[in-house]
Amino acid sequence: MQNVDAIDSGYAEKPVNYLTNGYTVKSWLLTKDHKRIAIMYLIVVSIFFMMGGLYAATIRLELLTPQSDLLQSGTYNKVFTQHGILMIFFFLIPSIPAILGNFLIPIMIGAKDLAFPKVNLLSWYLYMIGGALTLWALMQGGVDTGWTFYTPYSTTFSNSYVMAVGLGIFINGFSSILTGLNFIVTIHTMRAPGMTWFRMPLFVWAHYATSLIMILGTPVIAITILLLAIERLAQIGIFDPAIGGDPILFQHLFWFYSHPAVYIMILPGMGVISELISNFSRKKIFGYEFIAFSSIAIAVFGFLVWGHHMFVSGQSTYAGLVFSFLTMVVAVPSAIKMFNWTATLYKGSILFDTPMLYALGFMGLFLIGGLTGLFLGSMGLVVHLTDTYFVVAHFHYVMVGGQVIAYLGGIHYWWSKMTGKMYSEFWGKISAMLVFVGFNLTFFPQFILGYQGMPRRYASYPEEFQVLNIFSTAGASVLGVGLVMPVVYLAHSLIWGKDAPANPWLLPGLEWRTASPPPTENFEETPIVTWEAYDFTEESGLDLEDARNKYKVTV
Amino acid sequence: MQNYSWIPFFPEQASSFAWQVDALYFYLIAISVFFTVVVVAALFVFGIKYREKEKYATGAEIHGSIGLETLWSIIPFVISMTIFLGGAIVFYNQFRMPDEATEIYVVGKQWMWKIQHGTGQREINELHIPVGRKIKLTMTTEDVLHDFFIPAFRTKSDVVPGRYTSIWFEPTKPGKYHLFCAEYCGLNHSGMGGYVYVMEQRDFDNWLAGNVSGQTPVAAGQDLFENKLGCASCHQGGQDQRGAKLEGIYGTDVRLAGGQTVRVDDEYIRNSILNPSGQIVEGYQPIMPTFKGQVTEEQLVQLVAYIKSLSGNAAGGATTKTDANTSVTGGNNMSNSGSSANTMIPRRADRGDSNSQGSNPNAPAARSEPTNSNR
Repeated sequence: MQNVDAIDSGYAEKPVNYLTNGYTVKSWLLTKDHKRIAIMYLIVVSIFFMMGGLYAATIRLELLTPQSDLLQSGTYNKVFTQHGILMIFFFLIPSIPAILGNFLIPIMIGAKDLAFPKVNLLSWYLYMIGGALTLWALMQGGVDTGWTFYTPYSTTFSNSYVMAVGLGIFINGFSSILTGLNFIVTIHTMRAPGMTWFRMPLFVWAHYATSLIMILGTPVIAITILLLAIERLAQIGIFDPAIGGDPILFQHLFWFYSHPAVYIMILPGMGVISELISNFSRKKIFGYEFIAFSSIAIAVFGFLVWGHHMFVSGQSTYAGLVFSFLTMVVAVPSAIKMFNWTATLYKGSILFDTPMLYALGFMGLFLIGGLTGLFLGSMGLVVHLTDTYFVVAHFHYVMVGGQVIAYLGGIHYWWSKMTGKMYSEFWGKISAMLVFVGFNLTFFPQFILGYQGMPRRYASYPEEFQVLNIFSTAGASVLGVGLVMPVVYLAHSLIWGKDAPANPWLLPGLEWRTASPPPTENFEETPIVTWEAYDFTEESGLDLEDARNKYKVTV
Repeated sequence: MQNYSWIPFFPEQASSFAWQVDALYFYLIAISVFFTVVVVAALFVFGIKYREKEKYATGAEIHGSIGLETLWSIIPFVISMTIFLGGAIVFYNQFRMPDEATEIYVVGKQWMWKIQHGTGQREINELHIPVGRKIKLTMTTEDVLHDFFIPAFRTKSDVVPGRYTSIWFEPTKPGKYHLFCAEYCGLNHSGMGGYVYVMEQRDFDNWLAGNVSGQTPVAAGQDLFENKLGCASCHQGGQDQRGAKLEGIYGTDVRLAGGQTVRVDDEYIRNSILNPSGQIVEGYQPIMPTFKGQVTEEQLVQLVAYIKSLSGNAAGGATTKTDANTSVTGGNNMSNSGSSANTMIPRRADRGDSNSQGSNPNAPAARSEPTNSNR
């Protein structure tokens, strides 16, 4: 077991770490090291995120004026479709699990790697193939069905590259399934001695729940895409009523995956926030077991609420009532998490570094995102609100205000571990605040627009909606600056950043008890865990008293 | 034109249940503001009070509290149940179809709304309706999914190919309101909309008088039934007819050949025209050919309207039962029709008629009056 002296090890002469263990292209492309695969994911996912962001910027610019003047409506339809597809399938779903989860889960539980390193590499290649196919389709002319691919528009009427994009998502789905499988087996079988289930960081619990959804839900979207392909190519009636199909069936199948997929996106984010809140309060998280089981509860109930996307689509009223009820039930575990995080701050020793600013931002934004979810689960209200900008605002509060903010917080938090470099704390804080302000300015007006009745996916809109749309576009430009800044200062830190110590904040997690960046095997010797998660007491083996004294001397 | 201030916060409230939706909305806003204030205040208070005072200091050793966990599991659950119940009640009011309503047929098509009044008027992307009367829309589409959305009425429904969906509303305030397509439907989705004009009864009567265009749906359906499609050769003729007897069938439960029973509604009539062998009424042979591909959605709507009219006071018919009216215009929702083409009343301005206070929106008598009554 290492003690606090590990803080200084980063400054000593550098041992070989996972980044310096081989410099050839082959040593990266054929690597079985989960950390290198995570870095490869980071690069590609970031490219997809930037592309999706450019589409978002185009959307906001078009909506600056009521007419469809910057883009014609056909182009606008493709732009919002491709924004959705890239962001959801190629950014939100893989981001935290495939980058942070891949990098950290083995380290956090004291393992050398994931259970199936080759399968892990395969899942990266599947992601690349799916992504390449989708990009190819986008360059050929793109797709205009909306990311939801509703039939019969997608099967019979759309003249765009539905099949190529569908195949891209289909292949990408297997990447997700394999990652989930890998995580579950790893968490079950590869925990270090003493790392019991209830000593695992909540980040790992969140990923366990996410993995369950990935392997149970993703096959359903694969089946759905396959059925869509059969109908589109062979004209066999499955979804199009003109040839004997049922369009509502498609919606049931699609949302049976795509609602749980929302939890694939947000649960890992909640895992990151649990880490940040507890560690930056330097205090054990409040209600560990409740947070752990609420993740599992969300994963289970998340499978039973898909119909709340279909309240006005023609499904039966009684089905609607059941789905509305279950939607209210699934709100409770999220509320439990929120209250526990808040209570964790009580009597902590709170540090407001960049990752914590993101965590606090998450709390505010996810709170609004979650509460507005109640509006959309209440049947009497959702009839008016569905398919309007209220929905757009709601899911951006959850997905951007929740998942993206958590992802950025996590990237900042573990940046020193992943790269061995420290980023500029000053610019980090500035950009965290810009993201928070810009985000609210972009999306809060859309709640009002939605209640006012502005439908989503509109290239042109009535003039009375313009003022709020201008606010939204102005906010988007602030948000854009806030999101570009980390790219600059994080890249800057790779070359000019200070070398990171192994444990910059003196935290008890296993990932902080190995070098920054870690060696290829993660630990010099297999750790033996004798402490609870987020344990800041003597038992954690960290000599905090000593560190405090040393700090006083240096100051 | 709709009134709006510099930044509009709320759409106009112009239907009988709009206030209920708004009340639910304000209830939820109150809950949201309460929880946001509590949590954000806690974040600020804790953040300031317990900020790091000594480097590497550790927080207090608190692991949790079963009492608190129970409390903040039960309170959100109870609150969410009130939201569920409130939502269910409002939804019930929105979607329980009234017994008596003026029925209007809507057919969506990329990218327009085709609307057919029971009295024969047809409109595209506009809907003229009188204030204070219950209106039921029966909707379908010729191609992809659409969604008929009137924000001022706080209601919408997807319009689904291959089936009928319905919404109803009772406009409470004359004016001009947005009509949107809210379900993405392709290239010109954002252009698929128009306006709903809610008019005082007298203005509406004038509008009807000035806008008669061709046959009523029932008359058109009868024409199709008797002449163009030849349905009558099997479905009329009394004792010996080969096809099922249609008179009086609407709204009843019939036994099928398989032994099940089915309620004869719009959907069933539609399916029986397009896929006749699917649900055969007991005692009849599956000899009817399919009419799929031979009838348009609008013709289907007309056939359904005609077959409904054979059953007299069918559910969803006009508010007035013109039982004496057994002429070619048929049964139930024809009270303003037929002869109105002959009226000489000039069409007046659509709205803002200061003389309109004479019309009582709630008086059914106002509707039963044929427009040629020489007022």
